[in-house]
Amino acid sequence: MAETGQRLLIVDDNKVNRLLLSRSVEMLGHHAEIAENGRLAMARLNKEAFDLLLLDIEMPEMDGFEVLEALKADLALRDLPVIVTSSVEGLENIVRCIELGAEDYLPKPVNKTLLEARINSCLEKKRLRDEQRRLLQRFATREVAQDLAEQGFSIGGRRVEASILFCDIRGFTALSEAQTPEESIEFLNAYYTLMFDAIANHGGIVTLMIGDGLMAVFGAPQALENTAVSAVSAAQDMFAMMADFNSERIAAGAPAIRIGAGIATGEVVAGYAGTEARASYTCIGRTVNLAARLEAHTKAIGCELLIDETTKNGLGATLESRLIQGVEFTGFSEVMDVYSIAT
Amino acid sequence: MTMADLPLDADIFDTLQDTMGEGFVEDLVNTFLEEAPGLIKEMKAAMVVGDADKFRRGAHSLKSNANVFGATDLAKQARQLELGGLNSDNGPQIEALEDRYAEASAALIEWRDG
Repeated sequence: MAETGQRLLIVDDNKVNRLLLSRSVEMLGHHAEIAENGRLAMARLNKEAFDLLLLDIEMPEMDGFEVLEALKADLALRDLPVIVTSSVEGLENIVRCIELGAEDYLPKPVNKTLLEARINSCLEKKRLRDEQRRLLQRFATREVAQDLAEQGFSIGGRRVEASILFCDIRGFTALSEAQTPEESIEFLNAYYTLMFDAIANHGGIVTLMIGDGLMAVFGAPQALENTAVSAVSAAQDMFAMMADFNSERIAAGAPAIRIGAGIATGEVVAGYAGTEARASYTCIGRTVNLAARLEAHTKAIGCELLIDETTKNGLGATLESRLIQGVEFTGFSEVMDVYSIAT
Repeated sequence: MTMADLPLDADIFDTLQDTMGEGFVEDLVNTFLEEAPGLIKEMKAAMVVGDADKFRRGAHSLKSNANVFGATDLAKQARQLELGGLNSDNGPQIEALEDRYAEASAALIEWRDG
């Protein structure tokens, strides 16, 4: 049974119909708002949140078909349930409503019992869908959740240009031995909150967390204008946030935390890997391996942030970097030039 | 209050009162009596300027409202105009529509004031 007190928008150009529908909706314990045509309805929908739309078809200025089309094209409104209530003639018009995404069609004059059943069913479906979305956002990033909502789910990947960032905490094992597991989890949660913020603020998504390490992707599932700039800016924010975090720790008598990061840019295969029942959004390819190697190499040479040549070329001349020539990485046949970035 | 006159289908009108409440139906009747003459006027104006959309919408609204109250003859006449659109028979058709409206509104007023 759907909850009462939901907000419904009634769109109808006829006053008698508006009165009748508002009254019916209010008798069901919901709140009814009205709009006199499609254009006014869209203006309200863009400003306010509604749980359900009761939509007439024949209207001046913007008719019901045009409203359904506009809703379908709008990412924020496409899931709003719509019940068409109309006395429009012709089966093809009813079919058109359903094809344009209306949940249901009720002929006018609307039977009150039928309307009640339809409203309850729509609101219940919406509640379940909202709940599903909240769960999805908890376990996937907003971008992945959006990609899933738009493209649907299918195992498999596509080739995209992206920047990959790896980051981990220096000496985390020693650190966790010095504190209780509860303290370690609490510390990791604080650390991840900061890192996720820095990454999300620059359009990246975290695809992997292993202990104290994380991998972030910039440029998939959604394209970014310049993935290298986004990834390096995110890394710089990460280091800046860690500096603040450390001042607090030092003030509390705890040791400072040091992190290292590596960034590589190039083609990756991005998509959902796993099974139909359990899968995660991930990226694989040479670029991913290189980013991991770069991150590991920061420990070897005692710097904080290392990037590959493609990333460097994407940055333009503004950023100061130090060239490190002729580095050999496990799994890569060629010798590479990489760059250390001051943080 | 009972339905005496034929222009309104007693079953439909009684059900409307039972489900929506008598007081509310009275408000609804008053709204219809205020709005309907305007709709017919708009249809006539649409005939003059040849605005087929406006003509159809007017007939459509009238049909829809007539069905709410069980004013079946009025609804039928309005539907004929909605589907037929603008044509050379519109003159007598709109006269018939006005007659059906006069009958239906008289019955509604009788119910309201009775």
